[in-house]
Amino acid sequence: MEQKSNGLMGWIDARFPATKLWEDHLSKYYAPKNFNFWYFFGSLAMLVLVIQILSGVFLAMFYKPDTAMAFQSVEMGIMRDVEWGWLIRYFHSTGASAFFVVVYLHMFRGLIYGSYKKPRELIWIFGVLIFLALMAEGFMGYLLPWGQMSFWGAQVIINLVSAIPFVGEDLGIWVRGDFVIGDATLNRFFSLHIVAIPLILIGLIVAHIIALHEVGSNNPDGVEIKKNKDENGIPKDGIPFHPYYSVKDIVGVIVFLMFFSIVVFFMPEMFGYFLEHANFEPANPLKTPEHIAPVWYFTPYYSVLRAVPSIAGSAFPGVIAMGAAIVVLFFLPWLDRNPVKSIRYRAGWYKILVALFVVSFIILGILGTLAPTDGRTLLAQICTIYYFAFFLLMPFYTKMETNKPVPERTT
Amino acid sequence: MKKTILVLLLTTIAMISSGLVMAAGGGYPKSPANVDVDDMASLQRGAKVFTDYCLSCHSAKFVRFNRVADDLGMNEAEVMDNLNHLGVKFGSTMTATMTEEYSKEAFGAVPPDLSLVARSRGVDWLYTYLTGFYADSAKTTGQNNVIFKDVGMPNVFWKQEGVKKPVYEEHDGTKVLVGVEVVEKGTMEPEEFDTMIRDLVAFLSYIGEPNQSYRKSLGIYVLVFLFIFFGFAYAMKKDYWKDVH
Repeated sequence: MEQKSNGLMGWIDARFPATKLWEDHLSKYYAPKNFNFWYFFGSLAMLVLVIQILSGVFLAMFYKPDTAMAFQSVEMGIMRDVEWGWLIRYFHSTGASAFFVVVYLHMFRGLIYGSYKKPRELIWIFGVLIFLALMAEGFMGYLLPWGQMSFWGAQVIINLVSAIPFVGEDLGIWVRGDFVIGDATLNRFFSLHIVAIPLILIGLIVAHIIALHEVGSNNPDGVEIKKNKDENGIPKDGIPFHPYYSVKDIVGVIVFLMFFSIVVFFMPEMFGYFLEHANFEPANPLKTPEHIAPVWYFTPYYSVLRAVPSIAGSAFPGVIAMGAAIVVLFFLPWLDRNPVKSIRYRAGWYKILVALFVVSFIILGILGTLAPTDGRTLLAQICTIYYFAFFLLMPFYTKMETNKPVPERTT
Repeated sequence: MKKTILVLLLTTIAMISSGLVMAAGGGYPKSPANVDVDDMASLQRGAKVFTDYCLSCHSAKFVRFNRVADDLGMNEAEVMDNLNHLGVKFGSTMTATMTEEYSKEAFGAVPPDLSLVARSRGVDWLYTYLTGFYADSAKTTGQNNVIFKDVGMPNVFWKQEGVKKPVYEEHDGTKVLVGVEVVEKGTMEPEEFDTMIRDLVAFLSYIGEPNQSYRKSLGIYVLVFLFIFFGFAYAMKKDYWKDVH
């Protein structure tokens, strides 16, 4: 065994690549120097993951996954009797929404700067898988407080499974572990929420970052900084992630924590969007709430589901559309045929298409929180069509773009 | 920057256009409760009303007497003598005087637990509900409610409040309930009654989330800390980045 350096680090490095890992991923990982506002959300997603894991560990110490005790263990045990339990729970409930806020913004960043394009297709695919795992995590976690919305929200979603022709009924029973949502369902959701999905999530995040550090980060100009290296092989437009981006991200973290704290300390219910009012009533399988709305981060997809008309009384077409709305994201790297990555150097009308996409996504999200009316359903249908057209017509319209000249170096 | 502005602008348009689609949710308008959960005198009066009236039929099974004493600045004797009518232990939770069997017999259902009612319904709803009973001979209780139609609960404050009758207005040919007016005076002046209900709603808000005042006061310190931390972090970032061009 040959030691490269002396002392304790030398001893460790001869046995474990501590210094190598530090250099490869932080102190000698060269990131483009022109990251802007949109580049905070990756590290913020990591921060929220840590918040969720730490707060979740403590919540699991006091939570009881039993239909007779779950609601009380949350609303009396954690919220009242456990010292600081209320704060830890608000961290966790606010963290769930914050996770989706930063992930949606992170995905939007990828969309506008073409971060999904060659050679970063796998980073994008791992990312969409993370998004899916996060949705599963959020959905299963929402059942645990065993409030009215926990129960009826899960009821609506599991009934979607039952809408699948032929196998649906049996599949629904398999998912619930019972003919109705009950103790078996609560126990398995608890297990999946605190063990299985977090493990999958962490694995996918590791893969996402390994893939990123293999090819290097994209940037708002969409130029490959590795094409311009100095005599030492260091990208001319690159700066070491540590200390430059570590000190920059600390600023982002603090600003994020300010917003996070405003919610946690002053509006933990966020007007019923983060903690729904009906969820302060214990689950009652005999009393259907007047209006069942999923938590806000699912509402765009819930709108897509409702926008598609049933065929022969089966909601299956809607289920397909909702699934397709997420599956289509996997194909984005191959749908977009424009070789230019950044929106900065793409056609003006493409910017408008992206802006309209954002608008329809937000409208779908808002509509998903509301009870449907004829007018709203029509609006949801228009937005759903636009959502799919934006992606599925990409192979055609992205070839017709007149791009602006892309600079050689970052600006 | 231009794009950020464009995105924000379009986002706003999206919000507004959806707002137009959102027809105002029908139903009886809620009156603001204007309660102050930091007013200890109000909360103490509310606790008395709550335990004297509500706790006869309803429970507040997540609320402990000793916690209420601590938070509302009362001592053990005061709570045990004035609030704890069933004589349970100081550290026990608030249970209804009426048994569940009896309530099923008398009302056909167990009245809901009130620990979290201020969070599920909201304080404005509670205030509107508690002041919204009116005489209705069609009901077995003789009372109906402006915001909770055909409610099974009788108006327990009828003695203090007196008898009210509904006021209707014609809107496009349909009769719309717009309010109530006193037809027979109760033992309390209207202002006095209003204060009592606000005290009660304040107490319900307090038991809905006993930490709410502390939560907000702690939040100020957290934000001040983050603000100072931001100054240092921003200065550090500036310093490290001064050689990046």
